[in-house]
Amino acid sequence: MTDQSTTPQDGELPQPVVRHRRVGVSLIWLVPILAAVVGISLMVHAWMQAGPVITISFKTAEGLTANKTPVTYKSVVIGKVRKIRLSRDHSHVEVRVDLDKSAENFATAGTRFWVVRPRIGLGGVSGIGTLLSGAYIGVDVGDSKKPQHEFKGLEFPPSVTHDVSGRSFVLHSSDLGSLDVGSPVYYRRIQVGQVASYRLDKDGQGVSIQIFVDSPYDRFVSVSSRFWNASGVDVSLGANGLKLDTQSLATVLAGGVAFQSPQGPHDSSPAKEDASFRLFGDEATAMAPPDGPPHYIRMRFDQSLRGLTVGAPVEFLGVDFGKVVSIRMDYDEKTQRFPLIVGAVVYPQRLGRANEKLVALAKARGDNADLSHMVGMLVAHGLRAQARTGNLLTGQLYIALDFLPNAAKVNYNPDVRPLEIPTAPGSFDKLQEQLAEIVTKIQKVPFDSIGQHLNSTLADLDKTLKQVNGQVLPQVNDTLKGAQHTLGSANNMLAGDSPLQQNLGATLDELRRMARSLRVLSDYLGVHPDALIRGRRADPKLMQPAPAATSNASQGSKP
Amino acid sequence: MSALPRASELGLISCHVCGLVCRDAACEGMVCPRCGTSLHRRKTASFARTWALLIAAFILYIPANVLPIMRTASLGDVDDNTIISGVMELWAKGSPDLAVIVFTASILVPLTKFLVLSTLLISAKRRSQWARPQRARLYRLVEFVGYWSMLDVFVVALMTALVQFGFFSLVAPLPGVIYFGLTVVLTMLASMSFDPRLIWDDKGDDD
Ligand SMILES: [Zn+2]
Repeated sequence: MTDQSTTPQDGELPQPVVRHRRVGVSLIWLVPILAAVVGISLMVHAWMQAGPVITISFKTAEGLTANKTPVTYKSVVIGKVRKIRLSRDHSHVEVRVDLDKSAENFATAGTRFWVVRPRIGLGGVSGIGTLLSGAYIGVDVGDSKKPQHEFKGLEFPPSVTHDVSGRSFVLHSSDLGSLDVGSPVYYRRIQVGQVASYRLDKDGQGVSIQIFVDSPYDRFVSVSSRFWNASGVDVSLGANGLKLDTQSLATVLAGGVAFQSPQGPHDSSPAKEDASFRLFGDEATAMAPPDGPPHYIRMRFDQSLRGLTVGAPVEFLGVDFGKVVSIRMDYDEKTQRFPLIVGAVVYPQRLGRANEKLVALAKARGDNADLSHMVGMLVAHGLRAQARTGNLLTGQLYIALDFLPNAAKVNYNPDVRPLEIPTAPGSFDKLQEQLAEIVTKIQKVPFDSIGQHLNSTLADLDKTLKQVNGQVLPQVNDTLKGAQHTLGSANNMLAGDSPLQQNLGATLDELRRMARSLRVLSDYLGVHPDALIRGRRADPKLMQPAPAATSNASQGSKP
Repeated sequence: MSALPRASELGLISCHVCGLVCRDAACEGMVCPRCGTSLHRRKTASFARTWALLIAAFILYIPANVLPIMRTASLGDVDDNTIISGVMELWAKGSPDLAVIVFTASILVPLTKFLVLSTLLISAKRRSQWARPQRARLYRLVEFVGYWSMLDVFVVALMTALVQFGFFSLVAPLPGVIYFGLTVVLTMLASMSFDPRLIWDDKGDDD
């Protein structure tokens, strides 16, 4: 600036310095080229990432949003919902999903799709995470390699996905009970699987339930496994009393199936995939030994059977033998009575060895193997059916087959069908009879005349009391007044300031003085017994020691 | 053509930086004697630079609009919004005023800049004499408005900083916002590298 040549002077303008400049190609064009490269690479990336496009149909698009709802497999996003549209007939929605490049093998036949939404069911709350993140589409990929682009979405999440290993089995039951898809399957109270599906049998007579037992627990399902319904709370009030049984708290709410192999020797080879089992109602029936063929028997009771219900047990010497299936009333014209006909189903095989031996004996004798002759023999030995009280609290009755030693002889016809077993009055009836006797005895007691006697006695008593009140009591009163007066006088006499008391005091003083004189006299006589004869001597002179004694006394008292 | 004399006609050249007016040596490589800055009659390669930056900005403007710029998540709702879908959502959810502002800042302003700068470039290149004062005013407008078109980027940055409740609510920037930011920066650079004096150059003048 101080340089002369560059300073403007007299209107002359400064001359610029001239330097030689390196001239290059305009590098600015690199910027758009770079931008283009970035843009193209983005496009290529997007194109590379684009996987198959599939269409899934659902009943409803609830919770699904275009461009937002993800498709996830094991919580990894593998695609996204791009478009949702109603089907032509408006019966469902079609969801277009763009899968990622990496998820190409998901677009194959056998892949299942479902919407995961928060669900509150008996089995608990599922998909709680979706409350915050929103619904998503879950996937279960199948084994198939065949490509497919149109899918039908499941309405409920499948309880068993493909990647879980295990085996499924089929259970047959008369009804579904409280089971549902997803209900747990327990083995020793540990959940080892779940109910996968269920359907009504084709004939409508039962239900087939498919369960899935996870590996490695599936090996515990053996050929001889027994399945029972562990659903809910099993409260039964029967002849055996109140019985409450549950498998676990969860099954109380959600229901479930439990299985176990029977105790004792059994075939423990693992059951095959999709093997069929019977689903028992409860554990006891499931684990009970096989019943064998049922036999129908009939009993005729000439008494009220209040408390006997269909399903009540029939016991043979205390062993569960069968159950009552029908109770019907009949009318006997001859006796003008209403006998009750009780039908029951019994399972002789439940008697075990006893049954086997009896059958063997019957065969040896050449009788037919069915029950009739055998029962005839037993009836001859006093077998009778009795309706007994199983529970005093509820009054429930059961049928007991028992040997009564002094049962009246009956005619037994072995050819009557169904088999009829003679009955005997139940123990409860005897009790009733005894009670009735007691009641009649009590009734014989002449309460009326007792009452009358009591009444007249009471009247007499009343009279006597009146006499006592009117005559005896005033006299007693007077006497009491007299006594009170006397006591008052005595009281006055004994008072502290009464003359009697004062005289008494003076007299006592006199007595004391007299006693002292007597003592002095006796002491004197002790020393001078001659005084009695000679009289009292004159007292010796006591002049000499007197001053000392007085001075001592004065000394002691002075200070 | 113009009644007023031009610097080049008078053989003068001024320094961009310190404003010193020198004699035009009419050769390459002139440097300001006072501060040492290169002297140019016009901004160097103004057309080329402006065009290049403008084209780059335009290229990046495409991913900026296609890619989502912001992810908002709150209770069961995850939203990846592009600029347009964000504007539509704001409109639908009852903030039309905000929607208008964002639309203006993110769509209208960049597009206007592209359009205005292209128009200026083309007309200047052709040495058109059409509506010169208005074009100059347009350029000033572009310069002024440039700073404000980063609004989207600021919105995303602010939201991300403010709304980090984590569990219940989440705002996160997505790649789109980078491209949008680059677009805005490039358009600003483009408008800076445009020499408004080119508007006034006539056919006879050399660059
Ligand atoms: Zn300078």
